[in-house]
Amino acid sequence: MLNKQLMSGLIKSSIARKVIMALSGLFLVFFLGQHFVINVTSVIAPDTFNSWSHFMGYNPIVQYILQPILIAGVIVHFVMGIVLELQNRGARGVKYAKYKGSANASWLSRNMIITGLVVLAFLGLHFYDFWIHEMTYKYIESNPEDPTRYYAETVHKFEPFWRTVIYVVSFVLLALHLLHGFASSFQSMGLNNKYTPAIKMFTKIYAIGIPLGFIFIALYHHFNQLTH
Amino acid sequence: MKLNLKIWRQKDAKSNGQMVDYPISGIEGDMSFLEMMDVLNEELITKGEDPVVFDHDCREGICGSCSLQINGEPHGPDRLITTCQLHMRKFNDGDTIVIEPFRAKAFPVIKDLMVDRSSFDRIQQAGGYISVNTSGNTVDANAIPIDKHDADEAMDSATCIGCGACVAACKNASAMLFTSAKVSQYALLPQGQVEATDRVLNMVRQMDLEGFGNCTNTGACEVECPKGISLENIARMNREYFSASLKG
Ligand code: SF4
Ligand code: FES
Repeated sequence: MLNKQLMSGLIKSSIARKVIMALSGLFLVFFLGQHFVINVTSVIAPDTFNSWSHFMGYNPIVQYILQPILIAGVIVHFVMGIVLELQNRGARGVKYAKYKGSANASWLSRNMIITGLVVLAFLGLHFYDFWIHEMTYKYIESNPEDPTRYYAETVHKFEPFWRTVIYVVSFVLLALHLLHGFASSFQSMGLNNKYTPAIKMFTKIYAIGIPLGFIFIALYHHFNQLTH
Repeated sequence: MKLNLKIWRQKDAKSNGQMVDYPISGIEGDMSFLEMMDVLNEELITKGEDPVVFDHDCREGICGSCSLQINGEPHGPDRLITTCQLHMRKFNDGDTIVIEPFRAKAFPVIKDLMVDRSSFDRIQQAGGYISVNTSGNTVDANAIPIDKHDADEAMDSATCIGCGACVAACKNASAMLFTSAKVSQYALLPQGQVEATDRVLNMVRQMDLEGFGNCTNTGACEVECPKGISLENIARMNREYFSASLKG
């Protein structure tokens, strides 16, 4: 049995906060990969994209269990990120007149709040574009199920130049965020051993590769429409 | 060489401080940074001014007393040394050197460049010890066989001199490197196992109570630590903390 004091330590201690950031972050990283796989089909097999999107949109387990977990994961990650940032700013009352952060830590690791907030702002647009749209389509306008609409709707989103630019910039910042965050989550969970160099390498490839893939898909749909 | 020093002056814990310029000349490359500060203070005393207060003791890089944020880095630009081991040959004639106290809410300034690092002592007191019977039947430490690798790692962790550079360097003023070194040096040894659960829980609780920031794995501490304490210690402390929490 966990006693109460320990339980509260597990939730309130600085180490617990780190681990909550790490776990929610890892969960979002995993989701990103899954999202990517679906998006890839929009380039290579529009029919598959339609049927997978339809499954994601109407499967009750996805809709009523996985989707709320995902939203909770996003909220936990960014609320905790902001709490950490504020606490950490408070931990150094008087600021240094000269602080040479670049001498001992990467820009990425010192500016997670900036890259994170940009990604969060993008998520706002993304929710508006797709989630609000879906909710309106399904529950407010009560449109009938149409398993063939997703491909055209998605591709259409990438028609405006401005949205494609925002999309690309956001994914560059997401890559920067993951370059520090993904590897860092293993350290937070206490994993620092002989496998660490391999883990770091894997997380780097993932952090750059997946966002680059998303960017490619966005540009593909954007330019494809220009030429047609 | 001639230098322009910009030094934080603060009368006492309650006063506000400010940066003050002190031009200085006649500094030799083989002087240590603290000897340069001594030269400055002698000049100030001769002029009837208040000398700059700074911490120091052994001047051999082993006690952890000296501190100073020099040009934005704790213990200055060199690696794996304390301020007392920093030589003036690392600087050039005409340089401006900004000298500030180690800054953290948990390290309040006492006067000028001297800060109160007793928060570290309280973390240590919360669990950084083992209970050994010293009343005559003490077992020789060497009688307990210890894996060479573990012994070496524990020794590495134990080299932490409690200087506080890790906190000073960290953008979050986090004390995780220090605390994890102190937890690790016992966690790796059989003698440390008896109190292992309480130790990590109590030391981390004290660390949080003192108002240090949260670790975000920037790694600045490891780079600036004069003793090369590694981030592996923090990972180990996190593991220890979780197994201790679950044991409860
Ligand atoms: S971990 Fe390194 S920088 Fe931190 S107190 Fe110990 S010796 Fe100083
Ligand atoms: S004065 Fe002891 S370590 Fe510098």
